[in-house]
Amino acid sequence: MCAVRDLVKTYPAMRGRRGAAQAPAVRANDGITLDVRRGEIFGLLGPNGAGKSTLVRQLTGLLRPDSGTISVLGHDLVRYPERAARLLGYLGQESTALDELTVALAVETTGRLRGLGAHEARAERDAVIGELGLGDIAGRTLKKLSGGQRRLACFATVLIGARPLLVLDEPTTGMDPVARRAVWAAVDRRRAEHGATVVLVTHNVLEAESVLDRVAVIDRGRVIACDTPGGLKDMVSEEVRLELVWRDRPPLEVPEIAALESAARASGRRWTLRLPADQARSAVAAVTAGPAFAALDDFTLATPSLEDVYLALGGRAEGLVKA
Amino acid sequence: MVPAQAVAGASPGAGAWSEDDEAAPLAPRARLLPALGAVYRAQLSRARVARIPLLFVATFQSVGIMVLLRGVVDGGAPARSVVSGSAVLVVAFVALNLLAQYFGQLRAGGGLDHYATLPVPPAAVVLGAAAAYASFTVPGTVVTAVTGCVLFQLPMANLWVLAAVLPLAGAALSGLGAALGLLAPRQELATLCGQLGMSAALLLGVLPPDGMPAVIGWARDLLPSTYGVEALARSFDPHPDWVAVGADLGVCAAVGVLSLAVATWAYRRAATR
Repeated sequence: MCAVRDLVKTYPAMRGRRGAAQAPAVRANDGITLDVRRGEIFGLLGPNGAGKSTLVRQLTGLLRPDSGTISVLGHDLVRYPERAARLLGYLGQESTALDELTVALAVETTGRLRGLGAHEARAERDAVIGELGLGDIAGRTLKKLSGGQRRLACFATVLIGARPLLVLDEPTTGMDPVARRAVWAAVDRRRAEHGATVVLVTHNVLEAESVLDRVAVIDRGRVIACDTPGGLKDMVSEEVRLELVWRDRPPLEVPEIAALESAARASGRRWTLRLPADQARSAVAAVTAGPAFAALDDFTLATPSLEDVYLALGGRAEGLVKA
Repeated sequence: MVPAQAVAGASPGAGAWSEDDEAAPLAPRARLLPALGAVYRAQLSRARVARIPLLFVATFQSVGIMVLLRGVVDGGAPARSVVSGSAVLVVAFVALNLLAQYFGQLRAGGGLDHYATLPVPPAAVVLGAAAAYASFTVPGTVVTAVTGCVLFQLPMANLWVLAAVLPLAGAALSGLGAALGLLAPRQELATLCGQLGMSAALLLGVLPPDGMPAVIGWARDLLPSTYGVEALARSFDPHPDWVAVGADLGVCAAVGVLSLAVATWAYRRAATR
């Protein structure tokens, strides 16, 4: 229902001002190809700057690609970007346009601008506000809300005036677990009742594993893998992740620990190791005995997550969130 | 089930969307007037939250200028210029300066994305915001004009002209403000342009035109607020020249149409890059 082929988008170089260095041209999308199927929750996973938002901004008609094609529900959105607004609902990262409105008015106005009549807009406004549990704060302005509440209010504006495709750019940023559950319940309801499709941008690994049907892993403007979360994790299934946190410094005088050092990615007092299961077992035995154990503050042994997949595929580690 | 062949514009309604590979029906566009009304209402509600202190500032500034000039100007044509200039200055402050800032800020902060991803005519967004900002100026302008008439003992009989001056000067200046805010490459420049425009309206509108050097006079003729000022000033005459008033207001209307058209084009350009 949503097909992207060879999408390329380069941001031109910025001419440097006096005293400032020239910013080079950035190829934010470098030949992206993917297919989103009807009724699925499709994720775009990658760290900040990977090119996810650039991709969805082209999908929503906000940005024109340099080359490539985008087809949504049979409509060519590169040729007719204005049709995007009539096919999909988009939750961007900014709420500037709505900040000074009350939650109720923001939702109602958006419904009116999505083509609903006055009565319909009011009825849908009340339904959406009830569904997301926003009733208590419906009369407050978005600016006065906490980050998570504001995000939820913006999400409500995406739901009013039903659309077959929802494009959500990091919808749950700053939300507490209750609000997150409300978001995923609302998404599931639209999928079950209307067959709605969701394209979701996230850099949260745990969220990606729990809610996505399929995920495209994006790094430096390219899709480096695309599969179900389970399918992706099978790629690294023979490995486990061992995290060690040292009290003070690693006890390198212990030969087993010194041997592990080359394989570890150190970040402060924390070592992260990806090892085959049998090696991990012996490593655990080594660190839980004698002088190594005395120097150990904490350790965890875990099956691989999407973050491990991402690293195994050659992605940069920084920027993915595990919360 | 909505058939895939359904005409574009048909509502997807309840139920499932088409399963075919054929192009799915598009949801209807928002029509111009309802969308304009929705934007206007939303913008007006912002006034309660964020704009009321600024409206006080705009009014106090104009009343203050009149009080200051009371000592220098006594009656006659200069007094008419001062009062009508001060009244129109409120419009320039809010419609030109604040609207330029608002659109500059909206554009810089990515706020335009919200409107650009809704099927709303660009004109509805620009006209709705411009109309709301022009409406914000009504109380301040009326208060300033009445205060001025009392201070300088001018007749209030023809103050009803404000009912035409306000919307037309409002259209011209808010169109200019919106265009500046949307065209300025950076937010700070939008703010700067808005402030400069307001300063120009202040200096060229409030000061009596007779003693101005020719160059300044031309600049005054180029500023759309001038024609609102002139129309209002003429109405203080015991026997106003209504044709001239009409001509002045015609210029305001023409500039309003033109600048709002430019602002709409600028919005379209800013919203999709």
